[in-house]
Amino acid sequence: MNTCQSRAKLKVNNIEKSFGDIKVIKNVSISLVENEFVSLLGLSGSGKSTIFNIVAGLLKPDSGHVIIDDEDYTGKTGRVSYMYQKDLLMPWKKVIDNVCLPLVIKGEKKKDARDKASSFFKLFGLEGFEYKYPFQLSGGMRQRAALLRTYMFSRDIMLLDEPFGALDAITRAKMHVWLQDILRGLDTSVLFITHDIEEAVFLSDRIYILSDKPALIKEEIKVGLERPRKKEIITSDIFNSIKAHIYGSLE
Amino acid sequence: MKKSANTGSNVLALILLGLLMVIWHLIAEYSRIQKFLPSPAEVVNTLVEVMPLLKIHIWTTLKEAMIGFFISIILAVVIAVFMDNIKLVKKAVYPLLIVSQTIPIIALAPLFMLWFGFGMLPKIIVVVLVCFFPVVISLFAGLSSVDEDMVNLLKSMGANKLQIIGNAKIPASLPFFFAGLKITATYSIMGAVIGEWLGGDKGLGVYMMRVRHSYSYDKVFAAVMVIVLLSMVLFKIISVIQTLSMPWQRKNTEV
Repeated sequence: MNTCQSRAKLKVNNIEKSFGDIKVIKNVSISLVENEFVSLLGLSGSGKSTIFNIVAGLLKPDSGHVIIDDEDYTGKTGRVSYMYQKDLLMPWKKVIDNVCLPLVIKGEKKKDARDKASSFFKLFGLEGFEYKYPFQLSGGMRQRAALLRTYMFSRDIMLLDEPFGALDAITRAKMHVWLQDILRGLDTSVLFITHDIEEAVFLSDRIYILSDKPALIKEEIKVGLERPRKKEIITSDIFNSIKAHIYGSLE
Repeated sequence: MKKSANTGSNVLALILLGLLMVIWHLIAEYSRIQKFLPSPAEVVNTLVEVMPLLKIHIWTTLKEAMIGFFISIILAVVIAVFMDNIKLVKKAVYPLLIVSQTIPIIALAPLFMLWFGFGMLPKIIVVVLVCFFPVVISLFAGLSSVDEDMVNLLKSMGANKLQIIGNAKIPASLPFFFAGLKITATYSIMGAVIGEWLGGDKGLGVYMMRVRHSYSYDKVFAAVMVIVLLSMVLFKIISVIQTLSMPWQRKNTEV
């Protein structure tokens, strides 16, 4: 039972990557089990995004493997989707068509794809915006749409690369609560990149702390905070002690 | 809000136009060159007078211009897409495109008559030569303007090249494409007229040559006015198509 519950969804085994003479990633191994929220926490420019590109299949590692559901996906795109701080919504497509784009690319008919996608608009708080263009949405709403698109593409694993990095602090805090709430209703595992310690602690089940250049995993932290977490938790003692520990580890 | 600002600027342009007309009128009436310069009112009168005769010439010129225009677009799209997708093609073709624009077409055009006769073909060729460059350059710039991250996102979704072109590259390049088309639409009429100057039996250029030889400068100006109007109408049509085909850009005009 126990093994079944904690089945590894995604495993990154000993990947290494250099660009020219510069080693960017050194022997990084990551695992993600079903329904787990795992963060990679590191300084800006520490190679986090390179790890993501490798997991997404856009980059090939020099060595090591990316295993998803026991299958080797090293250097193969089309299995997991990712989301950036840039929402990358296509300005020329209505929100609903942006969201169902992954389905259309997989070959579904536009109408079927729209039907499938539209059933999620309520859950994602996007109801009523289906036929608007992205420029008519606020930054927070655009990120919601981008997340929904990510979810439409691969429902079981999502890579989120500083998705809220471009939002103001207040909107970002709201998005954290929103994201947590929404994930409870979805069967999905999330790998999350951030350099924001508070964000990582609030959202994650586990955190990998990355060192700077080359990226290697310094420490793995289990965040034992109960879910659902309330906004106020970020001022609690236990939250602060985890934060303090991470600060120490990053230095 | 924006609408009233737009009409405001149109009013200004009209006032300026009126002012220029007055100056033109004064020069035509009172200067030394009055013999060779009909006044605006004369031109309009003449235009109304010769309109029945002009129709066939307008039709011919318009036909040449439009055929040339569409050939240019097709050619430009094909070349731009190839240049965008195959580096080798870009490296080979792009410099030649630039060089091709340094060739004075007006000097070559008479030869086209020798090679292709006095029919529509040499005129269409002139139109194509004049028109396709602005389209190809603007479209190529548009295709390369696509956010690389967006392309990568599509790739990560498993999109193939055609899907990337259709979903990202073409829509992103539309504003550039239309900017090129607007220039080209006006050039196309001019190209056809230039082609016709060099020989033929119909067309506004032919007509202009004829009436110039008979010193009917009012008729020359009437033909010029027709060319201006045609070009403006084409420009407007392209603008309307642009607005219709890019609803997501309307924020610039409507909000």
